[in-house]
Amino acid sequence: MRNRPHVSDLDWWLMAIVSAICALGVLEIYSSTRNSAMAGMQWRQLLWLGLGLILMLILSRIDYHTLLDQAPVIYLVGIGALVLVLGMGHSHFGAKRWVAIAGVPLQVSEFVKLIIIVVLARFFAEVRTDRLSLVDLAKAAALVGVPAVLILMQPDLGTAMTLAPVALVGAFLAGIHWKHIAAALVLCAALAPIGWHMRNHLKPYQQQRLETFLRPEESPQKAGYQVLQSEIAVGSGGFWGKGFGKGSQNQLGFVPVRYSDFILAALAEELGFAGVFVTLALYLALLLRLSENAQKAKDRAGMFLVMGVSSILGFHVLVNAAMVIGYMPVTGIPLPLMSYGGSATVFVFMALGLVMNVRMRRFVN
Amino acid sequence: MTSFIGNDERLPQGRLIILTYTSVVMILLLLVGFWKLQVVQSGHYAELAERNRIRSIPIIAPRGRMLDREGRVIVDNCPSFSILILRDDQKLLERSLPQVSEGLGIPIDELTKTLEESRAQPKFQPIVIKPEATDADIAFVESHRADLPVLELLMVHRRRYPQDGFMANAIGYVGEVTPEQLERSEGRYRPGDIVGKSGLEREYNETLQGTDGMRRMIVNSLGRPVKTLDNLEATPGKPIQLTVDYDLQAVAEGDMAGKRGAVVAIDPRTGDVLAILSHPAFDPNDFAVRIPPEEWAHLNTDPATPLLNRAIQAQLAPGSVFKIVTATAMLESKAIPETMNVFCPGYATFYGRMFKCWVYGKKSHGVVDFHKAIVQSCDIFFYTVGQRLGIDRLAYYANGLGLGHKTGIDLPGEESGLMPSEEWTQRVFHRRWYPGETISVAIGQGAVTATPLQLAQMIAAVASGGTFVQPHLLKNFPNPRVDHFPISDATVEKVTEGMYGVVNEGGTAAGVRLQNIEFCGKSGTAQVIGYNTRDRLGKQQQFKDNAWFVGYAPRRNPEIVVAVLVQGGGHGGEAAAPIARDIVKAYYDKKVSRGQEQTTALGARPEATPKPVAAALTPRVPAQQTGEGTPQR
Repeated sequence: MRNRPHVSDLDWWLMAIVSAICALGVLEIYSSTRNSAMAGMQWRQLLWLGLGLILMLILSRIDYHTLLDQAPVIYLVGIGALVLVLGMGHSHFGAKRWVAIAGVPLQVSEFVKLIIIVVLARFFAEVRTDRLSLVDLAKAAALVGVPAVLILMQPDLGTAMTLAPVALVGAFLAGIHWKHIAAALVLCAALAPIGWHMRNHLKPYQQQRLETFLRPEESPQKAGYQVLQSEIAVGSGGFWGKGFGKGSQNQLGFVPVRYSDFILAALAEELGFAGVFVTLALYLALLLRLSENAQKAKDRAGMFLVMGVSSILGFHVLVNAAMVIGYMPVTGIPLPLMSYGGSATVFVFMALGLVMNVRMRRFVN
Repeated sequence: MTSFIGNDERLPQGRLIILTYTSVVMILLLLVGFWKLQVVQSGHYAELAERNRIRSIPIIAPRGRMLDREGRVIVDNCPSFSILILRDDQKLLERSLPQVSEGLGIPIDELTKTLEESRAQPKFQPIVIKPEATDADIAFVESHRADLPVLELLMVHRRRYPQDGFMANAIGYVGEVTPEQLERSEGRYRPGDIVGKSGLEREYNETLQGTDGMRRMIVNSLGRPVKTLDNLEATPGKPIQLTVDYDLQAVAEGDMAGKRGAVVAIDPRTGDVLAILSHPAFDPNDFAVRIPPEEWAHLNTDPATPLLNRAIQAQLAPGSVFKIVTATAMLESKAIPETMNVFCPGYATFYGRMFKCWVYGKKSHGVVDFHKAIVQSCDIFFYTVGQRLGIDRLAYYANGLGLGHKTGIDLPGEESGLMPSEEWTQRVFHRRWYPGETISVAIGQGAVTATPLQLAQMIAAVASGGTFVQPHLLKNFPNPRVDHFPISDATVEKVTEGMYGVVNEGGTAAGVRLQNIEFCGKSGTAQVIGYNTRDRLGKQQQFKDNAWFVGYAPRRNPEIVVAVLVQGGGHGGEAAAPIARDIVKAYYDKKVSRGQEQTTALGARPEATPKPVAAALTPRVPAQQTGEGTPQR
């Protein structure tokens, strides 16, 4: 057995799948911005992809055990950064999410997702039994809860929500009791009406999104319009699509933020159900490949890391795709690897770096 | 290595597999969602996408012009802009309303009401919120294309009618098609179409109205047109050429200014209507744009009834003009010797009741024969004739001379007037006809009513031996109906001699003689109410006698017949006859000057030409000669 991981140990299948998804994303960003003031955006996305690739390679070289060792430090740094953002971050669209690092605005919460994956992996790996106690569950909840509340205060409900699947999947794999799962479901059902009454405490734009989701026909102009235009784009695409660069909803600007959050709507219009099928199949392949890597991980910590990444990516795909066809409210969650966005792209690649890291060390002692 | 890592750790493979299956199910569910939209409902969404993308703006076809018999333009179009509001996006529309209201100066309630009213029409059909946009309105729409994409400009052709109600009642007016008309048209009209509502505009709407085109444009999400998809060009409406002579019409309009009544001039040889007017009139230009409701209500309730085309719709007692019917009946029926003489002391008693002659109290007619009876319009003579003929014989000749029947003129809403008979009284009132009623009818009072056009036709028929040509305003009217009610030549000679005498032998219209023209006619002074009632009420304007005069020339087989009604004008020979004379004179002046032109062209020395009456009048419409004078049908 070798002692040092080699480049050939990278998951080349995973890379191929990721490359295909990114390629679709770049093409669709090109198509949807070429006739607008934002033409040329695909080049910037390529730059972000390149940066992400480099960071992925770097992260894959650092033994994940070292990262896990430093988990408490990383966690505190993350919390500190979130507090810092609340104190002095850039306001954008009414939310403080960005801090400038070397002149580049970065969305701190994206990196907090990464930190939570690492921290929860260590936490669940340290629970050495197959049965997760309620005390352990409470601890895990607290670990996720603190950054989640800080992100909510930005306010950014969407990103805060993405932390939940990491904890849930982690707890599930760590051996949560089936009866605890059942109890949690019952509790959720019972709390739902209360939550409904609490909706008045949401921010106006969140209330609006919720209302829009529940009653799209009566909703205020803007949000309901976005969802409807997205649905029109998707539906009018038909089975084979209107052709690349030929979607009227996309090209004439009817689809909202079509290069980012609604990029799947743009793709669905131009490439049809066939294109959507290929895209979602690629995402499924990605998730299955991650599951396989988790199964082959050398230890539980590695498995938790990989499945943490998988849970976040899966959640993103689910929520984004469902939003595009009007099955879920507009939460501002991008489609990983396809939506335009610096921080989000870099995050996904760094997360994949963790996965590579685990894979490359599956045979290492 | 830290304590929590162990090589031999078991992984929860079962739960990993559950999660793997979860992701498969998740992706499958998403695919089902996309399938529903993209395959099951794709048609619906494709339609929505098209509606988003394509904006259809109608191209309004200009209506055909109306030309006079010499090709001069009477009704024209002028370009103007209407402001449309697009309604496919309800939310956007509601949001934009306050700004639209402010920018165009339309109260928001009015906008909401307009939108409310057009709710039944398809959403993709834009509606007009402001016809006749001002320059400021156009600038407003142009400068707010980005933030108010619901507004659109529409080039329309506004109808331009002559000023001051010139010929207005015959021309009619246009307006937006009503829901009832839409239904009846069986798809020929579309909502918002401008169609003829009355008069010639309505009669010849199908010729005049073109077919609107459609411009389809691709617009982006901001409502800016990206490119034009296709243009379905509009087919302009065809012009119609009328039989009306602008010059004669202008004379009639000038003479009737400020009066209530009607004038109709026809050429009985062809049925051509040379002039037709009804006063007071309305200004059809007010209708070309949307008419304010108050003004519409006013036009409808105005006691002067400006919307009534008196020339064909006023059913009034013809007064002494009717004596021509009585006279014809007397000679033709041969029931009475034509040599009959009657002594007129100014009154006479029939069936125990006293009937006055119009000269009662001033003088008497003395011994009156047939000729003198017509010339002096002696009531006593015709009372006697009426009594001896009886109502049914009178009704037979009146009907034969066209009374009680529509003339068939090519105008909507013509009235038939009424000629009473025994049968009619029985049918309508379920009672017997009293012989005393015949006495009044014989001089054109009582139950008998007629329109000015009917009287013109009646006189024309008598003077031409009983020939009726269907009167019409369209120059190329296809096959005008020709009816015959044969009148013997002897009768025609005697009656027309009488009518010649009315003008030329010191008769009731002695003041209107024309040099070198056989101008004949019959005056009428019709009571609006009975003498007794009038004495009770005093001489109020609205109860003053209606002045009638039907003049024509020449004496036999006339070229022109003019019926003039001046309501409340008093004596027919004084109030109405001069108007008829002016028109007949204008007709002959034109004829003479045309003849002069020909003579001049031949090199002969022209006689001193009388100045045409028409030339003295300022034309109210630029009399342009146009190349589009092709008559259409």
